[in-house]
Amino acid sequence: MVTVGAWPILSILTFMPIAGAVLIMLLRGNPLRVDQASRGIAFLTTLITFVLSVCLALDFDPAATAPQFQFIEKIMLIPTLGISYHLGVDGIAVALILLTTLLMPIALLASQKISLRVREYMIAFLVLETVIIGTFCALDMIMFYVFFESVLIPMFLIIAIWGGPRRIYATFKFFLFTLLGSVLMLLAMVAIYLKTGTSDMTILLTEDKLILTKDVQMWLWLGFFASFAVKMPMWPVHTWLPDAHVEAPTAGSIILAGVLLKVGDYGFMRFSLPLLPEASATFVPFVWTLSLIAIVYASLVALVQEDMKKMIAYSSVAHMGFVTLGLFSFNMYGLQAAMFQMIAHGLISSALFFCVGVLYDRTHSRAISTYGGVVNVMPKFAVFFLFMTLSAIAVPGTAGFVGEFLSLLASFNASSTPFKPDYASIFAWGQTVTFIAASGMVLSAAYMLWLYRRVMYGEVTNSEVSTLKDVNRYEFIALFVLGAVILCLGLNSSLLTEYISPSLEHLNARMLSHGVSNVAPIPAL
Amino acid sequence: MTILDLSALFPEMLMLVSALGLLIMGAFLPDSKTSVLCNFAVLFLMTTALMIVGQLNQAPNGLSSFSNSFVLDGFSGTFKVIILVATSICLLMAKDWFAKLKTERNEFPVLVMLAVTGMMALLSARDFLVFYIGLEMQSLALYVLATFHRDQRKSCEAGVKYFVLGALASGLLLYGISLVYGTTGVIRFDEIHTYALEHPHSIALLIGLGFILAGILFKLAAAPFHMWAPDVYEGAPSPVTSFFAIGPKMAAAGVLIQILFEPFIGMITEWQTILVFISALTMAVGALAGIGQTSLKRLLAYSSVSHVGFVLLGISTGTHMGLTAALAYLVFYVAMSLGAFAVLLAMKKQGKPVEDVADLAGIAHLHPGLAAGMAIIMFSMAGIPPMVGFFTKFYIFLAAIQADMVWLAVWGSIASVIGAYYYILVIKVMYADKPIASLDQPFAPTLSITVVVSSALSLVGLALLGPVLTLTQYALSNFPILP
Repeated sequence: MVTVGAWPILSILTFMPIAGAVLIMLLRGNPLRVDQASRGIAFLTTLITFVLSVCLALDFDPAATAPQFQFIEKIMLIPTLGISYHLGVDGIAVALILLTTLLMPIALLASQKISLRVREYMIAFLVLETVIIGTFCALDMIMFYVFFESVLIPMFLIIAIWGGPRRIYATFKFFLFTLLGSVLMLLAMVAIYLKTGTSDMTILLTEDKLILTKDVQMWLWLGFFASFAVKMPMWPVHTWLPDAHVEAPTAGSIILAGVLLKVGDYGFMRFSLPLLPEASATFVPFVWTLSLIAIVYASLVALVQEDMKKMIAYSSVAHMGFVTLGLFSFNMYGLQAAMFQMIAHGLISSALFFCVGVLYDRTHSRAISTYGGVVNVMPKFAVFFLFMTLSAIAVPGTAGFVGEFLSLLASFNASSTPFKPDYASIFAWGQTVTFIAASGMVLSAAYMLWLYRRVMYGEVTNSEVSTLKDVNRYEFIALFVLGAVILCLGLNSSLLTEYISPSLEHLNARMLSHGVSNVAPIPAL
Repeated sequence: MTILDLSALFPEMLMLVSALGLLIMGAFLPDSKTSVLCNFAVLFLMTTALMIVGQLNQAPNGLSSFSNSFVLDGFSGTFKVIILVATSICLLMAKDWFAKLKTERNEFPVLVMLAVTGMMALLSARDFLVFYIGLEMQSLALYVLATFHRDQRKSCEAGVKYFVLGALASGLLLYGISLVYGTTGVIRFDEIHTYALEHPHSIALLIGLGFILAGILFKLAAAPFHMWAPDVYEGAPSPVTSFFAIGPKMAAAGVLIQILFEPFIGMITEWQTILVFISALTMAVGALAGIGQTSLKRLLAYSSVSHVGFVLLGISTGTHMGLTAALAYLVFYVAMSLGAFAVLLAMKKQGKPVEDVADLAGIAHLHPGLAAGMAIIMFSMAGIPPMVGFFTKFYIFLAAIQADMVWLAVWGSIASVIGAYYYILVIKVMYADKPIASLDQPFAPTLSITVVVSSALSLVGLALLGPVLTLTQYALSNFPILP
């Protein structure tokens, strides 16, 4: 095994993409050559980052329960403001970092057809990778916010420059929605910092005496919620997502759906639940209601979409509903479910966007009606697309199944296990909620299979379709990698669950110490 | 100490003598030599700045003249040095601009120097007479500067508007001062300070303070006294606008802090209420009115209004932390504004200056460096991390929440989101719109350097935040009384 503990692996991992970006900036000469070179450098950088993150994951000791975070790096930046450069990871963060670094090279493989300002495009994506990894590594609240919010800059430019016809509307909506949520979170963070005197997450997550009183928690919870709900996105603040997805270039959609939406869930797991446990428990009915609306309503909306990307965007809203449903069931099933669903959805929705991108690159149309009978001309593609479709429906054996099933199990069990009396009544609705949420799985089968039928089967009506070429080498590799990972996680879910369980135990123990969570055994899967 | 110890006045005297010297030189030189005069002016400005630093090094507790009516201490010294340095940069940027337009006039550097002298006197004033003299000296020079393109309608309009409204503000100010004098019988700040502590609920004093505040807030362009700013910013020649956005703002902010925290500290609960409303209104106006502006100059005017709102939010907390935050905000506001105005000054097409946001269309394709610099500055002004503009806003919010002004912080943060719209609109125009025509090249080296330095400061400002906070601590260290 490679040992990386000796050097500041997290800083290297975080800033590796920026180093690649600087290298690309320094390129000079013939524009065509520069474009080619920047593609190469960017892809290589993301691959190196991926290898580094694999080293990190192998070196990380998932079984160690204390300390909660490993590979800690800390440098005080501004003592008067209490801002420090503080990095560290637990199992949750490592899993999400791996997801990010895996999806980045795939996103770049989906960018073969980009010909406008290639150099800037590559720089934007590398900067984006740095800030996302930084978000997952940051252990200082303010640092987290800085990385979290910096995502807006590259993403704004990616949609604004390389997006579709309504890109300006979409990118402004994305930017302003996210910013509004985030500043409210910033104020909540400032309040926590002032009340507790520290912004160090390692202290905030372990010291029970730093937990605030319930009425303060309620306000702060709303501040955090504003940000994470927009980022997730939850109904009714999801409206930026379909626009952003439709207008973003394929790679932008992949990163947006694959990683950026997860930052919202990650925020719930890192901040809302452990720092504000009582407020979180109090808001369960609220979050459950929104989750159910997201699952049912977004699925119904997805059913009637004419645009493939928009349909997948709405399905993302529905799938993220399962994450919040699980998270706010307050038991180990739920935490496992949320985590598993995040990773699974990250892989599956990216793969679906990749598939749509493959079609779009060939015909420049995302309308479902353009297609029909694609299976006749693109058989290899059809196999991949079918597999991804089945994963999105959560067919057993794919990663999608584990997350959604666990999530339903969590909310179903929420009512049957002991809670502190104050909260017990909230969770009594668990079975009803599960019943409604389960309908989402049926609906997802409806829209995904219908999509598949309309695009892939039937007569070839459009002459353009009959000339389509099957997936090329790069696309094959990308889809194959994604498919393999989805299958692996689906068949052997303990690969992931065992890795993240100790970290989730920390979270559960924290909830437990405040009497809002129950002692459910770790599901044996 | 002799009766006539003028050492605290030496910087102002140097400025005045050199300004008059330049005026005489200018009378004998053709207008084409303006850039030489500008260079001399910069030399004098920098010498004065060094002189202030030297004097403060020798006398860390400050110097005072005219029985404490005129004081050079860490607070006024810091503001003066920042104004002097920023003005030097403005002058360096201005000379090429005028030279290219062939509208150079030798009075320009002289007027700028006289205005700066007024600001310096204003900052050192510890007595309402000196205060008024400084303010008027600054204002009169600024009125003339606003009309500097006297053959252009817009410039004249700007000057007249500024003069009429400025005269009104001066009148209000003078009325306020007379009320204070009538109530207390004194005009020295330290004596008013004693009186206000003893009579914190004096209505006459409060009304006097209200009028004085109105006068200063006018100079600061805080809502509802901001009406002149967009018109004057737009009408005045661009180099003058860049000076307007920096020098007078710094001076007014400095003197506002001085007046609130020295003579009127006893009435803190009263003026806090006023400032809270003004700050909330200013942030809202700056954010909302900037939307829909097509002229970059007007947009920057509203942007500066909204920045003033945040500074006022910091001041209105009345705490040490709030003041530190406000000062740090001002320092980085100056740094960012210089860069933004350098871009404005670089905007020329076929030898003519253009100033619409639309004129920046697609410049990312044609001038990638300039566009990247402007984008960084715009993101910074919008308060997006990791740019320094975020950290200064963050500090203001930190101070506000610490002072239990949570609702104002929420208000301010929402205003900053609304304001972010027009900043990212500029970025959108530069990066996503189709290029129309390229700007005249090459850009003057001073402009390029300013854009590079300012955007670099915005980008890695976090590293500089520590030293700047040390500077603000120093500025506030020998500040009279702080709660």
